[in-house]
Amino acid sequence: MEYHAPASQHMVLCADCGTPIQPNNANLCLSCLRNSVDITESIPKQATVNFCRNCERYLNPPQSWVQAQLESRELLAICLKKLKGLNKVRLIDAGFIWTEPHSKRLRVKLTVQKEVFTSTILQQIFEVEYVVQYGQCPDCTRLAAKNTWRAMVQVRQKVTHKRTFLYLEQLILKHNAHRDTINISEKKDGLDFFYTQRSHAVKMVEFLASVVPIKTTKSEQVISMDVHSSTVNYKFTYSVEIAPICKDDLVCLPQRTARAFGNIGQLVICHRITNSLRFIDPVSLQVAEIPAEKYWREPFPALAAIPELIEFLVLDVEPTGRYAVGHNGAVNRKFEEADAQVSPLNAGSFGEADAVYHARTHLGALLQPGDTVLGYHLRVANFNSPEWDSVHPERKPDVILVKKSYPERKKRSKGRAWKLKSMAKEAEDPSSENAVGRGAVGRRGGLDSQRVEKDYELFLRELEEDEEMRANINLYRDPKKEEERRRRKEEQTRRTRMQDEMQDDEDDDDAATDAGFTTDGESEWGDDDAPRVRMEELLDDLEEMNIEE
Amino acid sequence: MAVRCQFENSSEIGVFARLTNAYCLVAIGGSSNFYSTFEAELGDIIPVVHCSIAGTRLVGRLTVGNRHGLLVPSTTTDQELQHLRNCLPDSVAIQRVEERLSALGNVIACNDYVAIVHPDLDRETEEIIADVLKVEVFRQTVGENVLVGSYSAISNQGALTHPKTSLQDQDELSSLLQVPLVAGTVNRGSDLIGAGLVVNDFAAFCGTDATATEISVIESVFRLTGGQRSGEVVNELRDALVDSYA
Repeated sequence: MEYHAPASQHMVLCADCGTPIQPNNANLCLSCLRNSVDITESIPKQATVNFCRNCERYLNPPQSWVQAQLESRELLAICLKKLKGLNKVRLIDAGFIWTEPHSKRLRVKLTVQKEVFTSTILQQIFEVEYVVQYGQCPDCTRLAAKNTWRAMVQVRQKVTHKRTFLYLEQLILKHNAHRDTINISEKKDGLDFFYTQRSHAVKMVEFLASVVPIKTTKSEQVISMDVHSSTVNYKFTYSVEIAPICKDDLVCLPQRTARAFGNIGQLVICHRITNSLRFIDPVSLQVAEIPAEKYWREPFPALAAIPELIEFLVLDVEPTGRYAVGHNGAVNRKFEEADAQVSPLNAGSFGEADAVYHARTHLGALLQPGDTVLGYHLRVANFNSPEWDSVHPERKPDVILVKKSYPERKKRSKGRAWKLKSMAKEAEDPSSENAVGRGAVGRRGGLDSQRVEKDYELFLRELEEDEEMRANINLYRDPKKEEERRRRKEEQTRRTRMQDEMQDDEDDDDAATDAGFTTDGESEWGDDDAPRVRMEELLDDLEEMNIEE
Repeated sequence: MAVRCQFENSSEIGVFARLTNAYCLVAIGGSSNFYSTFEAELGDIIPVVHCSIAGTRLVGRLTVGNRHGLLVPSTTTDQELQHLRNCLPDSVAIQRVEERLSALGNVIACNDYVAIVHPDLDRETEEIIADVLKVEVFRQTVGENVLVGSYSAISNQGALTHPKTSLQDQDELSSLLQVPLVAGTVNRGSDLIGAGLVVNDFAAFCGTDATATEISVIESVFRLTGGQRSGEVVNELRDALVDSYA
């Protein structure tokens, strides 16, 4: 037997250091190869990461800004994206090395592989340092420059009160039309709605067009322009004007318009506003519906508005049994023709107090002798209107009755067991801390706010009286009021029990308190004929419940 | 001593020069720097000749020769051949070879006694090699490469071959050549030994990229350190290499 030495591996000397190695393609030992070839050469060892100090987001190139925690995967992705030469090597591993959070430095350890000579793959671990550069993202820049909005909707109604806007606010809330609105500010005669995108503004305008009679004008303003890419940065403004006619306004139609609508009488009362105007002639009970576009072709003002209404006492009513008939031929039993004898209640001038006027009215279904009613006293009115002047004097009635009125009671607002939501209060000027008002409207303070409070109360009453109007908006239960009412009721029963027990003592005192409570109870539970919102119509306010309890 | 030099920024000097014990051929370059290096080292011993082969500068790759003769490819012009006859010593026979593998320097490696040639070389060429160069001819490969001239450098003192030549091949070649043989590199890890190194019995030239380690290997294997001791060093070195990894 002969001994065979195991086949030996032959060696060459490493060309650089002379260590015997197995011959490879480079004929260099591993350490010499590492020394001579740097596969990380093409990768920068330092880079910058952009960070917005306001919104604390990182720039994810090229455009987007993302929120990322330190040492998170998202941040690592951003970091790796920032390295230019990384596509020339194969990335094996990457991870953060801890750095002080306030150091504005990020360190990332990378493991990369690359083929250096034919079939010689080198793996290398190295570190990249990122400098976190603080700055502002475009969003924050726009915010800081107060250049946040791109489109604005200016809603205006040139009337003296805010009722339309209070109603509009409720409509907007119900349909959630203010979802994309970034800001609402109150201006004279109206509101401005601001949007970041033009389409949102267009949506808002379309919503408004569907609920109120409006006229829209669009304009745009160039903010900046890039002549190279021919891109232009615009600001869009939509000026929306709402017809200056409200419910219960007296309108004197131009003769041509009156003829066009079935020869309706010129003096009409606006009984309802949707995206069209609806008028009723109180004398003939003829109705007319004027669409917004027709109105704006030949606009006409209101002759007299709600502030000019005065109260009359109904002395006598004789319904004729004729009802208003709609366009579709349906009989509207709400409006019944009647002849009424009325007398002004709080007469200002001499001889007026016992004056009795005859009025043809459409309120026959509502009025009873002894009621009070609101109407326009045309006999003593002085209008500055060519249309009014053109009406034949024989056709000018002394009084036009508009709506039934209910006794003025302070308690009426107190006993209201419902409430409305309002849009977030945002004062036009943020510096004025004492901004008051109702939601979006009435923030200008001072006299205006008082007027708005009055308008708001009127608006609530109108809601109570008008079921149709109520149907369009959301009313919410007021848990506070309900609680208060329950407590008061309990107390009352307790008191009556106590009263029974010690009947003899303190006769006068008890009687007085008792009387007080009785009146309270009456006003709440309505032995009077004041209209009231039924419980079934109210919604639970979920948010409020959560917050309060 | 092995000398580092460069031909027009190329370290592959074996392409542009052919060195034997009786003469040295150098390509005509843009500057005489390359020529001067050879002239300085060899000028007073052997003639250093400027020449071209077939109009090209690839003198080293196209020709093969030793003390006894020089073989040039068939593409060599008459003028070039005449120039070589004029410049080389009379003892050197010059022969044109009709060979399909015309880059004779790549396919033939020889010293004054032995030549190893490409296995596919013509039989006629083989006879010419034997007659003109007065050598024994062996068809052989170096580290499984057929271009024996490209991947090895041989002198009468030693031989350097492709780094991937296996131990078995080394032993075989060594016994054929009857000289010590080492597998190694030139020009910092290049395995093209013939291109990176020109060597005869008393001088060696390699590209400027060659590292100190490579030079020391070259000097030891070709016994260029002078005196008797160099042979011992080579033997020691080779034994050390063989033994320690056997």
